[in-house]
Amino acid sequence: MTRVVVALARRALVNAFRRPQFLAPLLIFPTLFLAVNTGGLNRTTDLPGFPEVDGFLDFQLAAAMTQSLLLGGVTAGIALALEIEGGFFDRLVASPIPRVAIVLGRLVAAGVLAAVQIVYFTVLGLAFGASIHGGVPGFLAILAIGMLAGMGFGAIGTTLALRARSASTVQGIFPLVFVILFVSSAFSPRDLLSSPADTIAKYNPLSYIADGMRDPVISSVSAAPLLEGLAAAGLVAAGGLAMSVAALRGRLRDA
Amino acid sequence: MSAITTVGLEREYKGGLKAVAGVDLAVEPGEVYGFLGPNGAGKTTTVRMLVTLLRPTGGHATVAGFDVATEPGQVRRRIGVALQEASLDQLMTGRELVELQATLHGIPARAVADRAADLIGRVGLEQAQDRRVGTYSGGMRRRLDLAMALVHQPEVLFLDEPTTGLDPVSRLTLWEEVRRLKSEGTTVFLTTQYLEEADQLADRVGIISQGKLVAEGTPASLKAEIDRPRLNVSVVDPERLERAREILGRFGDERPSTENADLSFAVDGGATAIAPVVRALDEAGIAVAALQVVEPSLDDVFVQKTGRHLEGTQDASDAHGVAAAAPAEPS
Repeated sequence: MTRVVVALARRALVNAFRRPQFLAPLLIFPTLFLAVNTGGLNRTTDLPGFPEVDGFLDFQLAAAMTQSLLLGGVTAGIALALEIEGGFFDRLVASPIPRVAIVLGRLVAAGVLAAVQIVYFTVLGLAFGASIHGGVPGFLAILAIGMLAGMGFGAIGTTLALRARSASTVQGIFPLVFVILFVSSAFSPRDLLSSPADTIAKYNPLSYIADGMRDPVISSVSAAPLLEGLAAAGLVAAGGLAMSVAALRGRLRDA
Repeated sequence: MSAITTVGLEREYKGGLKAVAGVDLAVEPGEVYGFLGPNGAGKTTTVRMLVTLLRPTGGHATVAGFDVATEPGQVRRRIGVALQEASLDQLMTGRELVELQATLHGIPARAVADRAADLIGRVGLEQAQDRRVGTYSGGMRRRLDLAMALVHQPEVLFLDEPTTGLDPVSRLTLWEEVRRLKSEGTTVFLTTQYLEEADQLADRVGIISQGKLVAEGTPASLKAEIDRPRLNVSVVDPERLERAREILGRFGDERPSTENADLSFAVDGGATAIAPVVRALDEAGIAVAALQVVEPSLDDVFVQKTGRHLEGTQDASDAHGVAAAAPAEPS
């Protein structure tokens, strides 16, 4: 099973890197967002209730990472939907492999891709003056939360693909990504959100994922945000995996 | 034990559409079975059930001795599948895809590269193996698809319309490969809408129409059910037509003439009847302008069984011998 999962993950990654039109938006779009926000909203750091940061870039870096990881989930879903539309999925189903390996391969690839995304935004941040106060342990904490969250978002994208079976339908959830992101503490501290956004943000796992990745950047590695971030990312990953496996079983049962 | 058995196999879709309505099949090991039918007849649905991609809604089927509904894993280990329109990943190279398929079928890691190289060589894709599949022609994709289906040396190979849309050269190459597989003892279940393909490759043919098997047998036996071979004769002198009719009547039964022949007779023996007929006409001093033996075609069988021609029919007539005899001198 491990060998098959690795082979399928490797293939999904190779495909991702050979499809620059899919890969580029994961990095370029959040980068542009990061540049615009950092340039235009840097004075928000003076607002009462804003956490103490060296600069707005330090604060926004986790938002860019979260946004990129979410887009990665959409892309994973589109890739699988294209595979279903093109018939390659049937080839996998007709192979003597455990069905769950089809989903796990995608999720492992999503996790590895998430690591690439985290490294990219960390390097970008450092290049433009951000600092990782948590040092190497802080970076590893960001990486752990990011990879787990990336797998979770990938699993949700995979679930949508298995249910919708159409790339255009999966693509249709793209605007929803922003809605979910904006009702979290990714772009703005929860204390500065007004009702009902602050309440939604309180229960939005993205808030804890973003805060968990932000904390090592702006301060140091603290147990609470780290554990909350890992728990939220783990919850998304576990929930996403359960949903995608159920969607796969449902799809095969309906066949 | 048959390689493929179906008893009352059915597939009903939501809304009540019955794509396959009680198909009984028995394909023997090492046999090439041609499953013939027009688009929408139920060929692909049948194949998808046999390769475990679709659940039957009625009846049952076994492949390589295992039930497709209750033992799908065992079935998948023993079958090779090349589905319609070569569902390949266009971003990967041919070699990468064959190696992936080998891994999925549990070929040991150390043997994967060699196995892939063997198969790529077998289907003649050595030069293109490191190119992305998106750059392949239709024929190359089909060959790659076949290589992938053979990666674990399956007992039963399913080829779903393997030559649809291919140029004649690519089609012949694929036919050669199917013949080679047969000589190696592989059971091949081949769906096609090309009569010539079924005629050339299949040991037995099943004709499916509207979800039901309407005829089954060897191509020769199916044709023989329809009629004997026809001898079409045109004479040089129209005034000698009645005498020619009398003579030909000794060899067979008259059939309606065609636009290319003055007389048409169903005869026993097909091409072997040519010599005695020519001799008899020559002895009677009748000059023959053209003489042709026309075997009943699978299309004739198809028309008789289903009431319509098969899509993709290239040539309804199946001429096995053409003889344009020199006019004999009247005696």
